[in-house]
Amino acid sequence: MHLGIDEPRECQYNQICTHNSSPMETPHSKKRKVKRKWQIFPGRNKFYCNGRIMMAKQTGVFYLTIVLILVTSGLFFAFDCPFLASNLTPAIPAIGGVLFLFVIGMLLRASFSDPGVLPRATPEEAADVERQIDAANGAGGPGYRPPPRTREVVINGQTVKLKYCFTCKIFRPPRASHCSLCDNCVERFDHHCPWVGNCVGKRNYRFFYLFILSLSFLTIFIFAFVITHVILRSNRTGFLSALKDSPASVLEVVVCFFSVWSIVGLSGFHTYLISSNQTTNEDIKGSWSTKRGKDNYNPYSYGNILTNCCAALCGPLPPSLIDRRGFVQPDTPQPAAQSNGTNTCPTTQLQSHMAAVTTPLLHAQPILLGGGPVLQPKPSVGGPCSALGPGQPSLPSSIPGLSCGGEVLALHDSENHCHHHLHHQHFISPEETPCAAHLGHHMPLYDPASQDSLHEDSVRGLVKLSSV
Amino acid sequence: RRPHSASLANKVFIQRDYSEGTVCKFQTKFPSELDSRIEKTLFEDTVKTLNNYYAEAEKIGGHSYLEGCLACITAYLIFLCMETRYEKVLKKISRYIQEQNEKIYAPRGLLITDPIERGMRVIEISIYEDRGSSGSSSGSSTTSSSGR
Repeated sequence: MHLGIDEPRECQYNQICTHNSSPMETPHSKKRKVKRKWQIFPGRNKFYCNGRIMMAKQTGVFYLTIVLILVTSGLFFAFDCPFLASNLTPAIPAIGGVLFLFVIGMLLRASFSDPGVLPRATPEEAADVERQIDAANGAGGPGYRPPPRTREVVINGQTVKLKYCFTCKIFRPPRASHCSLCDNCVERFDHHCPWVGNCVGKRNYRFFYLFILSLSFLTIFIFAFVITHVILRSNRTGFLSALKDSPASVLEVVVCFFSVWSIVGLSGFHTYLISSNQTTNEDIKGSWSTKRGKDNYNPYSYGNILTNCCAALCGPLPPSLIDRRGFVQPDTPQPAAQSNGTNTCPTTQLQSHMAAVTTPLLHAQPILLGGGPVLQPKPSVGGPCSALGPGQPSLPSSIPGLSCGGEVLALHDSENHCHHHLHHQHFISPEETPCAAHLGHHMPLYDPASQDSLHEDSVRGLVKLSSV
Repeated sequence: RRPHSASLANKVFIQRDYSEGTVCKFQTKFPSELDSRIEKTLFEDTVKTLNNYYAEAEKIGGHSYLEGCLACITAYLIFLCMETRYEKVLKKISRYIQEQNEKIYAPRGLLITDPIERGMRVIEISIYEDRGSSGSSSGSSTTSSSGR
């Protein structure tokens, strides 16, 4: 009855092997090189190790961080440890070594893993959201006022506004934010850390926190023992000759002295954030502060400090949502990747886009669901590169809190910029050519010529009805 | 006797329900496009079971603390040989969705896409229309009379 058939039929479901529909076995198409998804990733990220490692675009400061940590620790182990091991206890280099390895491990893990990037919406999803927005606001109002693109949700009694991201074409989940440097929406966005060379978000926040915490210990450790070393030596040979005997100590003390203030301060700040279950982003904006209103409170907090800490550090590690190393199915429509943080003619472009998207859907064209995603065994979900040896330690020499804060403010500005863009579109007529260009850009996604007969068989096989 | 081919007519997106925070949960509101295709209770069962699976994956309790502490102590190297709890549950979900598709949705011309393929944002349900039979258009056909 549901498929318009007037005689009773058996409905058979045949599971098809979707591996057969890979493009390489198709006789018709040329031998195309199959790409992995990271190669067509729309954000501004850099990938290494064939998609296993994911970092931000600018990594210069990250290398500086690594050099600082490696050099300082190296000097410590080379020049101070022999003396300390023989005169005090060999436990000192041992503990130092463990701390150093932990710092490096956490840094690498924070830098190389996916912070929790939200994949951009597929064209159909974007069209559906657009339809809902228009339905909610009454499409084609009298004045040319762009519809407000916010949704309100009540979370644990607190009203939270969900904003629409024009780049990713999604309503951002609560606590997610769009990083203008990486051009991605990141879940539970904390901040973009240039020292780590990556955004800090839901998936790598604990690594970031453990990194700065262990780095504080390492810095204090090195600082304390270098001073001890110099004091012990100067008791024997006098201060100046002690300095001459181990010149590296001076450099180490200087680096550690400046780092201690910044790193320990940052650790303290993040400890506070964790215990109140806030992100840096929220704290800087004052989202949950009582200054905004007497009834303003943090709906995500569990109420007590211990639970908040445990949830942040020992909670389950969510999987990566962007399947970096998966293969691109050539006929899967890719999410809109045209705008890099800007949006020209948002309303009208999306409306005409929607028309372009929905019309082919309603024609009776077989469209492959990217090789039957449901039937395929799920490709490996966990993304981050594991098994990394000691990585690059970062020892920020200036106050990273401010610099990281600076990045957050930059993000803040870009959001305002986005709004200005929106208002600016008021005065541009809908028939502006950029819209047509964008429209043309999307049409090829539904080009029927790209459908192989093999794919048609797959779709047919998926819901197969045989007449009785 | 010819096999009927099916073509994609429409897609319905079940959005996330954020009323309980950032935990993964989908709205159980029955979309109107599916009204003629599937019974409301079956649909709600599917979504509720999925929600339960996700709640299980994200549950913070003894097991997750143990896993977290163990991972931290081994500098997260333990995940080289062990799967995280979340990954295990995701596999269960994938199997569940496949089973639901086979038993319930495909015979009704519907197909559920695993939310993980859509960034855990939506449950995408594709509605297929029978292309072969005459007089069928997108949406429910009026010529049918067979009960199911």
